[in-house]
Amino acid sequence: MAEGKVAFELVSPERLLLSEEVEMVVVPGDEGDFGVLVRHAPMISTLRPGVIQVHDGGAVTESIFVAGGFAEVTPARCTVLAEEAVAVAEIDRAATEQRLSNAQDDLLDAKTDSEKAQAERHIAVAEAMLKAAS
Amino acid sequence: MPNLKDLKVRIDSVKSTRKITSAMKMVAAAKLRRAQEQAEASRPYAQRMDRMLGSLAAAAAGQAGAPKLLAGSGSDQTHLILVATADRGLCGGFNSSIVREARNLARELLEQGKTVKFFCIGRKGRDQLRREFGERIIDTIEDIARPSLSFDKAADIGTRVVAMFEAGEFDVCTMFYAEFRSAISQIVTPQQLIPFAPPESENGEEEPEALNGAVYEYEPGEEEILTALLPTNLSVQIFKALLENAASEHGARMTAMDNATRNAGDMINNLTLIYNRTRQAAITGELIEIISAKEAM
Repeated sequence: MAEGKVAFELVSPERLLLSEEVEMVVVPGDEGDFGVLVRHAPMISTLRPGVIQVHDGGAVTESIFVAGGFAEVTPARCTVLAEEAVAVAEIDRAATEQRLSNAQDDLLDAKTDSEKAQAERHIAVAEAMLKAAS
Repeated sequence: MPNLKDLKVRIDSVKSTRKITSAMKMVAAAKLRRAQEQAEASRPYAQRMDRMLGSLAAAAAGQAGAPKLLAGSGSDQTHLILVATADRGLCGGFNSSIVREARNLARELLEQGKTVKFFCIGRKGRDQLRREFGERIIDTIEDIARPSLSFDKAADIGTRVVAMFEAGEFDVCTMFYAEFRSAISQIVTPQQLIPFAPPESENGEEEPEALNGAVYEYEPGEEEILTALLPTNLSVQIFKALLENAASEHGARMTAMDNATRNAGDMINNLTLIYNRTRQAAITGELIEIISAKEAM
């Protein structure tokens, strides 16, 4: 392994999306963003919908939107398990707006608490996605 | 003596059967490759999920406030059996062997006076279970792999199972599926989903990196993460099982169709032999008639 680099992995249930060695990744944790450098203390965190930034050579080389998930950090590695991930550049604004309005409709139609919670989650994801794209 | 025309018709019909089975074999082989790729691609997620959950579960086990999905509901009276099979037949003993195992478990549980419920994924499993356990099947999901198998669909099932568990409809959930080893070998595997049972580490695989005794920090808290992680893990396990099942199904179908094609070939050979003999016999018979007629003149 290269000196001073963390092995960053982004995995979705369907496939391994990204696996590379980077200087730093900034991950949107549930309790605030955190940056992971090499020799980070081991931790496990849940993620909120937001953008993962991959830093290499002092600049952001990649920004990927994740719709929540989990992150596992060890001194040498950072693994993100995301349910849904898209590169920020590839976010389709129109589709996302559609999704947001669908979710808002669902929220109005929701009868049970769990339906409501699910709709609210979808809204949060869509809003975060729009924010990331702008 | 068999009729020549009948024989011809039979040979033709076996030939067209052979065409169908060999086409099905080819289709199954193509689908198997795709299913296998998909199954392999999904493996990293499941592995990492297992690793995370393993360390969390070890930390949370035995604590009073452990989530129910991990600790169980404190009873094992009602069992939910998730039976994952294919929607279609013509794949050898694939569906039957899964159903057989599930049925054995169900009978055993019923003998112990437990309540058993079935949740079928795949039409064939339901069809076979309906005879014996008709009223115990609470639901069936069909055509899950059409047009394609996605994580969302598995997550839907996962959410439903969790909701049922939380509503107290069952205490223990076991899933039956066929683990894919190779095109000719699929192993029916029961897996306990609820309460969560950490998978026995296969062939004593060691953690690749030691944390030097360091423990994970949890953000926000252990319990919050566990409550978020456990349902997701359930969906992941179901997704994994469905992918394995899809690969197994195509593997089983490929083998079955390969056998069928070969059998059809043998049958055609035999029938052709009989056909030729019969034809020869008819010709000889006619010749004898002509010759004896001539001699009599």
